[in-house]
Amino acid sequence: MSNSFVELNNVRLRYNEGDELALETTNLKINKGEFIAVVGPSGCGKSSLLKLVSGLMPPSEGTVIVDNKEVAGPLKIVGMAFQNPTLLPWRTTLDNVLLPMEIVKPHRNLLRKNRAEYEDRARKLLASVGLEGHEDKYPWELSGGMQQRASLCRSLIHEPDLLMLDEPFAALDAFTREELWDILQNLWMVRPFTVILVTHDLREAAYLADTIYVMSKRPGKIIAERENTLPRPRDQETTFTQPFTDLVHDLRNHIRNVRAA
Amino acid sequence: MTKKKDFSKATPWLSAIGLFVFWELIVRIFNIPVYVLPTPSESIIVGWEFRAAIWMHAMQTLYTTLAGFAIAVVFGVVLGALVGSSKAIYDAANPLLVGFNSVPKVALVPVLVMWFGIGTAPAIITAFLISFFPIVVNVATGLATLEPELRDVLRSLGATRTDILFKVGFPRAMPYFFASLKVAITLAFVGSVISETVASNLGVGYLMLSASSKFNMPLVFAGLLVIAVMGIAMYEMFNVIERRSTRWANRANPTS
Repeated sequence: MSNSFVELNNVRLRYNEGDELALETTNLKINKGEFIAVVGPSGCGKSSLLKLVSGLMPPSEGTVIVDNKEVAGPLKIVGMAFQNPTLLPWRTTLDNVLLPMEIVKPHRNLLRKNRAEYEDRARKLLASVGLEGHEDKYPWELSGGMQQRASLCRSLIHEPDLLMLDEPFAALDAFTREELWDILQNLWMVRPFTVILVTHDLREAAYLADTIYVMSKRPGKIIAERENTLPRPRDQETTFTQPFTDLVHDLRNHIRNVRAA
Repeated sequence: MTKKKDFSKATPWLSAIGLFVFWELIVRIFNIPVYVLPTPSESIIVGWEFRAAIWMHAMQTLYTTLAGFAIAVVFGVVLGALVGSSKAIYDAANPLLVGFNSVPKVALVPVLVMWFGIGTAPAIITAFLISFFPIVVNVATGLATLEPELRDVLRSLGATRTDILFKVGFPRAMPYFFASLKVAITLAFVGSVISETVASNLGVGYLMLSASSKFNMPLVFAGLLVIAVMGIAMYEMFNVIERRSTRWANRANPTS
């Protein structure tokens, strides 16, 4: 028994047998409630890492352990958000956010009975990301940033212990993106869940994560690990402080080296 | 603005009237004999004279068409769901479907007559056989083009295949499905009329065949017009149903 929540032991990944490695031998430990970020050049297998941890893809070698159990199939309680908000266009924002409640056990069996309570929870969550008054709008009536907020709510409504974010803010403009960093940080500070954030935005990683892992280009491999001890809550001012800039600078050098290699 | 909108509503009528006027003029100017091409006015007048017979035959054609179409919808949705949700079934069924769809359905009518006799049954079956293919293809496409990220989101919540199919697959496939209905209903008319022409003593197809054997060309064309009108009416009906039920897919003009 270890005290880490997520553990990758000597994991390697090939998409098909005989292919070259997509992920070189990887060892990783994430504590419960820890916010980690994985940065690296594009195509380095960052997204594969998420699929491995969530059980959507089995490792070719090694083991993935979540909550002291070896992952054998898709985990059933994970929240996920992607660059594309993937909201369902025929559902209102509120109904989109409630989608996990129709699927996750035990909520799916309680939904009919507790509808009002769940709706209330969804409304509160939407309000906390600044979407109050937009609950009954359809996704296409929302801006890209608003859709991404709704997508974030959908990934958190069932209070998952593990949140997977795959470049969730990459398609947004810089101001909206930084606004959403704060929103995510707030949500996480209110109820700490374990987060794996995949991003190519080094400032984003430095702003949000407790620990940052740098991956090499394909075959992906973790080549550096940085503790980020900047005090929380971090805000706009933090991004102009020396330690923040130093951290981003350090990360940037690593990326430059792996790209050149 | 309102004036412009009124005009856009009138355009389909104007184009239809324009076509009839053009047709009428061509026949009159070139003095085309009536047994080659009757004028639309002659066709309509003769059609009115024979209205009782036309009505009876049209109802028969409408009945066989809709019956065949209804079977095609049920069969098409089930097969489309199977083909669209499993790669293995898709690979297995695809060449068979394409091959079957390439067979001219008129060639099947004699076979159907051998099995079911002449009249209603082969007409319904031909309408079904000719119209299910677009439904299968569209439902399968709607299901198969589900975004992989969305599938991941659902699977990591513990969703079963059935969950994914009902929560996302089918709603998402609806616009594809309705689009295919519009194609399928017009094809179903082709199927039933073909069968009636070859092997029936009822229906507009039979009416036209018997009229042409008596050199009553205006009545043949009256039959054609009746089929066209029924086709347009059914197409428009599914068009309206489509717009009402999948408004989210036509969001460019949400008021329509």
